[in-house]
Amino acid sequence: MSEATALPAEDTPSGSRAQFYGIWVIAALALVVLPLIFSSGGSLTSFSLIGIAIVFALSYNILLGQTGLLSFGHAVHYGLGGFLAVHVMNAVASHDWPIALPFIPLAGGIGGLAFAILIGWVMTKRAGTVFAMISLGIGELVASSSLILRSVFGGESGITTDRTALPHMFGWTFGPQLQVYYLIAFWVMVSAIAMYALTRTPLGRICNAVRDNPERVQFIGYDPHVVRYLAYGFAGFFAGVAGGLTAINFEIANSAYLGATQSGLVLFAAFIGGAAYFFGPIIGAILVTYLQLGLTNVTSVWQLYFGIIFIGIVMFAPGGIAGIIMMHRPLVRAGSWAMVIPSYLAAVLPTLASALGVILAIESVARYAAGGDGSVINLLGVPFDATAPMTWLVAAVLVVGGFLVARLSWRRVAAAWDRAATIARDRGYLA
Amino acid sequence: MLELIVISTLNGVLFGMLLFLLSSGLTVIFSMMGVLNFAHASFYMLGAFFGYQISRWIGFWPALLLAPLLVGVVGMVVERYGLRNTHKHGHVAELLLTFGLAFAIEEIVSMIWGKSPVDYRVPAALDFPAFTVFSTNYPAYKIFMLAVSIAIFVALLIVLKRTRVGLIVQAALTHPNMVGHLGHNVGRVFMVVFGVGSALAGLAGVIAGPSLVTQSDMASLLGPILFVVIVFGGLGSLPGAFIASLLIGLIQTFAVALNGSLASAFGPLDPTLGPSVLSDIWNVTIAQIAPILPYMLLVLILIVRPMGLLGTRET
Repeated sequence: MSEATALPAEDTPSGSRAQFYGIWVIAALALVVLPLIFSSGGSLTSFSLIGIAIVFALSYNILLGQTGLLSFGHAVHYGLGGFLAVHVMNAVASHDWPIALPFIPLAGGIGGLAFAILIGWVMTKRAGTVFAMISLGIGELVASSSLILRSVFGGESGITTDRTALPHMFGWTFGPQLQVYYLIAFWVMVSAIAMYALTRTPLGRICNAVRDNPERVQFIGYDPHVVRYLAYGFAGFFAGVAGGLTAINFEIANSAYLGATQSGLVLFAAFIGGAAYFFGPIIGAILVTYLQLGLTNVTSVWQLYFGIIFIGIVMFAPGGIAGIIMMHRPLVRAGSWAMVIPSYLAAVLPTLASALGVILAIESVARYAAGGDGSVINLLGVPFDATAPMTWLVAAVLVVGGFLVARLSWRRVAAAWDRAATIARDRGYLA
Repeated sequence: MLELIVISTLNGVLFGMLLFLLSSGLTVIFSMMGVLNFAHASFYMLGAFFGYQISRWIGFWPALLLAPLLVGVVGMVVERYGLRNTHKHGHVAELLLTFGLAFAIEEIVSMIWGKSPVDYRVPAALDFPAFTVFSTNYPAYKIFMLAVSIAIFVALLIVLKRTRVGLIVQAALTHPNMVGHLGHNVGRVFMVVFGVGSALAGLAGVIAGPSLVTQSDMASLLGPILFVVIVFGGLGSLPGAFIASLLIGLIQTFAVALNGSLASAFGPLDPTLGPSVLSDIWNVTIAQIAPILPYMLLVLILIVRPMGLLGTRET
């Protein structure tokens, strides 16, 4: 995480300031307009889930991207926030308190924050690998304890609630998914702005410094432990908000919210999107949620594809998708980007071929191991029989041949990239 | 009561030795390369499944040799083509790579062998009671497991302390650059150590498979406990890992065997109070909290002694 966060510089001229606010206004407009264009029930549900995932992934990035803390147990705050939100909703409904549903995510946030305050001081003593392992242990501890404390967590089945039983606001009952979507969209916007603002505060800056060089932070008079603790608290709060939104969306909280799978998914989202940039986790959350919803219908081993994509990103593009995009910025500014396009086009085909080969191989093995039932694989409209030796041969040829050619073509990409970057550097744009 | 103590001690030491087979490799890899191998428990799982498959094809005894070798090769490939390329991006990237691997290996295993437990049996030659303690027959296979893990422990000790290879490995732990200057191929030392560590995990899987459940979630169940062991013992300390393995093995085995709860010790709560957090805690048995005991120990040691039992370094 040594790359600097590429945020607009302090002394932005008024033109780029308009551009900066423009992005936020466009994002807000998009959130409002999206359900009017795609108004089917399925897409509304997807948008709601993506919105929640964005808040969750951004909260995770306060730790991973901004403070350099790799957590394997972030879902603890998410889940506890969800549980507190459900309990508050039930209490509000049974006591007739005048608290409307839109304020409930705040309760979730407080739940996440409270646990972060409680456990954070011990956890953030150390960064790096030790923190990662402790977060894993705490995650397991909370997830297992939740099954024991049945009266609070409801055991295996979880705790249900009814979001329409709360006092209405603006005449909205929050029964229909559309109204819930707008509630989530509102909180996504508020949380995103708040978390972005956090990165611009002195605390956000010192967090970056703690990530990059904790020793020098100590020399200038800050305690990295305190800084990490504060960052941990903020991350816990916003994870709790995401958990509260989930509780509203599904009207249930169960122990799966706290589990290792949820923690793994948010890590995937933040890292695949790109932890070094603020907008990276947003891309990652959209992609991961979309893949999760889309792939489950297509293949039974969708989680394996997640793992492979993740490994590929870690090995070949540790900056994530945002990193890849931002790499091209100096080239675009210098106007030398056209030089790399031909080599990209040359690399696309073999890369795609070997990817298809991997997919074919995985699907063949999956269907073969499952007992040959439904063993016809439909890949780009071409049917393959999972039990036929021909399929295995095609897969092997695609993987090996595609890989060998792809390696050559990516070398050419690197060479073309070097030339383009040199030109960009000569024209005064840092690459 | 005495019977319970004897049997649980035996089982606890056995589980502890198994944990040590895993945590020793993990600790040596960690202190040498600075990489916490998240996929270590996955190698253990691979060992169990390879052992199962090979023993179905050609029998248990060849599997005992072949499966760990196979896992060792997988480990070396991971080190050579995965970790070595990721090293330039820092330790977090390496940790994430092994995390992704652990995820992928679990999915691959459940894709090939299914999500339900496979029928991995104790070999016929060892399927008899070794001796009878009070009224319990103690299976010979468990004695065999104990013998194998103790043999590996002794062999590891001799190799590390008494041979030239062990000397180089020990030197590379603290001064990898100096070892390189002296003309040793540090990269290859790393690869071999990683391979041997993985093979040990694989061996643990082969021998533990028939006795425990061989299932695609066995890695994700054991992995976190393994990390507790090496944090508890002190990161990078082999004796610490040994003590912590035995301790956690014994604690967990004894906890599972005990059925007491606060309610049985102090009498049931007033039933008119209704269900609450207190009644949950009051009625839970020690056996039920056995899975979370290691993590409670972890939190405890972090508060009392953050570097672990025998750890010396702060990070």
